[in-house]
Amino acid sequence: MVPLNWYLMLSATVFMIGVFGFLTRKNIIIMFMSVELMLNGVNISLVAFSHYLQDLRGQILVFFIITVAAAEAAIGLAIIIALFRNKSTAHVDEMNEMKG
Amino acid sequence: MNNYLLIPFLPLAAFLINILLGRNFLKEKAHWVSILAVAGSWVVAVMTLVDTMAGKTINQDLYSWIVSGNFKVSVGFLIDQLTVVMLIVVTTCSTLIHIYSVGYMHGDKGYYRFFAYLSLFTFCMLMLVMANNFLQLYFGWEGVGLCSYFLIGYYFDKKSASDAGKKAFIVNRFGDFGFGIGIFMIFLTFGTIYYEPVFAQAGGFANNTVNFLGYDVHLMTLIALLLFCGSVGKSAQMPLHVWLPDAMEGPTPVSALIHAATMVTAGVFLVARCSPIFSLSETALMVVALTGAITSLFAATIGLVQNDIKRIIAYSTISQLGYMFLACGVGAYSAGVFHLYTHAFFKALLFLCAGSVMHAMAGELNLQKMGGLKKYMPVTYLTMLLASLSIAGVPGFAGFFSKDEILWLAYSGPSPVGKLVWAIGTVVAFLTAFYSFRLIFLTFHGKFRGTHEQEHHLHESPKVMTIPLILLCVGAIASGWVGIPHLLGGGAHFTEFMKPVLGHPEGHGTHSEEWMVMAVSVIAGFSGIGLAALFYLVRTDIPVKLAAGLSGVHKLLFNKYYVDEFYSFLIVRPAIWTAKNILIGITDAKIIEAIVNGVPKAIGGFSQVIRKVQTGFLQHYATIMATGILIIIALMLLR
Repeated sequence: MVPLNWYLMLSATVFMIGVFGFLTRKNIIIMFMSVELMLNGVNISLVAFSHYLQDLRGQILVFFIITVAAAEAAIGLAIIIALFRNKSTAHVDEMNEMKG
Repeated sequence: MNNYLLIPFLPLAAFLINILLGRNFLKEKAHWVSILAVAGSWVVAVMTLVDTMAGKTINQDLYSWIVSGNFKVSVGFLIDQLTVVMLIVVTTCSTLIHIYSVGYMHGDKGYYRFFAYLSLFTFCMLMLVMANNFLQLYFGWEGVGLCSYFLIGYYFDKKSASDAGKKAFIVNRFGDFGFGIGIFMIFLTFGTIYYEPVFAQAGGFANNTVNFLGYDVHLMTLIALLLFCGSVGKSAQMPLHVWLPDAMEGPTPVSALIHAATMVTAGVFLVARCSPIFSLSETALMVVALTGAITSLFAATIGLVQNDIKRIIAYSTISQLGYMFLACGVGAYSAGVFHLYTHAFFKALLFLCAGSVMHAMAGELNLQKMGGLKKYMPVTYLTMLLASLSIAGVPGFAGFFSKDEILWLAYSGPSPVGKLVWAIGTVVAFLTAFYSFRLIFLTFHGKFRGTHEQEHHLHESPKVMTIPLILLCVGAIASGWVGIPHLLGGGAHFTEFMKPVLGHPEGHGTHSEEWMVMAVSVIAGFSGIGLAALFYLVRTDIPVKLAAGLSGVHKLLFNKYYVDEFYSFLIVRPAIWTAKNILIGITDAKIIEAIVNGVPKAIGGFSQVIRKVQTGFLQHYATIMATGILIIIALMLLR
């Protein structure tokens, strides 16, 4: 049987890949995908704990996160398409309208 | 019956109507509202007089004005014998002067404004005399001061008029400062500012002393003198008399109503109203008597040589107000109020006559350019002559009875300075007669000395002006008949009427002494008239020679003892210097501007630095957020 720690390490690795992807990649689509990675990293640890503690509430929470992620993907992609139509680019460095 | 409330509130209503609707709707009809309102007040005042003579007095709160801790004050009305006399004086003079103004102000562009202010003034004056507590008195006091300012500066496009308005207002600040502190002292001592409990308890504090600015002073003397400060300012006594002659820049009806008959007598009213306090302090009474006596002498001597017709009457007013204080100072409050009441009629009349003369002379004020107006303006001449006879104290006229009463009570009263102020008063009676008749002779007798056009223009004033003159003239002659002394077979009804409020002045002297005092003042009056006749009718060269021979004295008097110059040197110029060099130059430019401009500059500079953080790049924010979270986690782990 695979110990809990391995799952948690996998979860942390996936989450950190997401974080670094979000902070370093310039293409907005890739950044968006990084966000999904972070969410799924969290999901892994939730499922692992659920199994380890024999408590189904963790898995219920995962369903919620997947639902929210689906909704977020729909709205996020719509916003990205609207942005692309206005700016003709998906590069975040060109989007600094909020500069003070 | 609450109909006495109409007395102050009718003029207030007239003010509101005129100020709101006058400019666009009433225009040339503005006087109707004001005259009807003031005449209505007069009718109610007469009804109140009848009630009061039947022995009915009113002391009633209308509504709660201020309640704060144990400080409670209401808008309330006290109507007793003193109030009712003031009500009659104010409403009578105000009504007649309102009517006179219709003719005098005819065609003026601020017609509605004039009547609005005149009504507002009447309201404030009535609130002042009808108050039953010191705060409402103070309200009326400042209200009349404000109206006085408005009306002196009525021709505000004329610099001298607006300056005179400011001068009146500022000089009065000095007096009112003391008055205000006096009211605080009253509240501190008695815990209330209603007349009734204050006067009832005053006797219990007769021997108390209080620490004031590090000195132990007699409490009642302190309160009385602080209140008297207000009187000195409002009633133009030395050393705060300088504003009244300048106040003559206002229209003449204003001079008659505010600066002769009513507002300036508020100071005398205050002293009379607070007589229970003043009577407890011999020092305060002595100060009042001496201030009055010195002022009356001082103003009368200035009046001797002035050439401006209105200023002579203004100095005469100051002098007569001094007389009233002299009376109050020797304890003869009712005599002071009696003189206030007779003076209101003959002095208002003198001013209105002067206004009538100015009307005929197209605004000319200089006596030396008049002369011989008798045949052109018979009504004005006759009424002014009768008013002058009254002020000169010719037996039978109103002024005689009140002046005689004051002099007799000064002579025979218990006051330590009584004899001294009696002597001064008698000299002033002589001077008063002299300058009043100098005015008459120079204006109405002899040859006309003005230009040819002016002579052509001479005419009697219209009926709307002469009828008030005639009515006031009746007052100037007959108003004194209510106070004919026992010695002349009268009933001294006025003193009897005032007795419940002002007490009965004690005079200790024989009948022969009383005859002597009367005879001396009558002789003084007649010799003043005679000397004026000699100087200005028979031997017109004497005054010129006298002025040349005593040029030093003449110059001193003509320049009003240089008091204005002295104040200018001592107060006005240092104040302006301080304002220009310190307040504008340092405080304003260096300190306030530095703060006002410095704060936004510092904020602006700081934001220039801090705005660089807002790059607008999403990933920068995300990085900062992630770093923050890492730091928080690190802190939690290391704890």
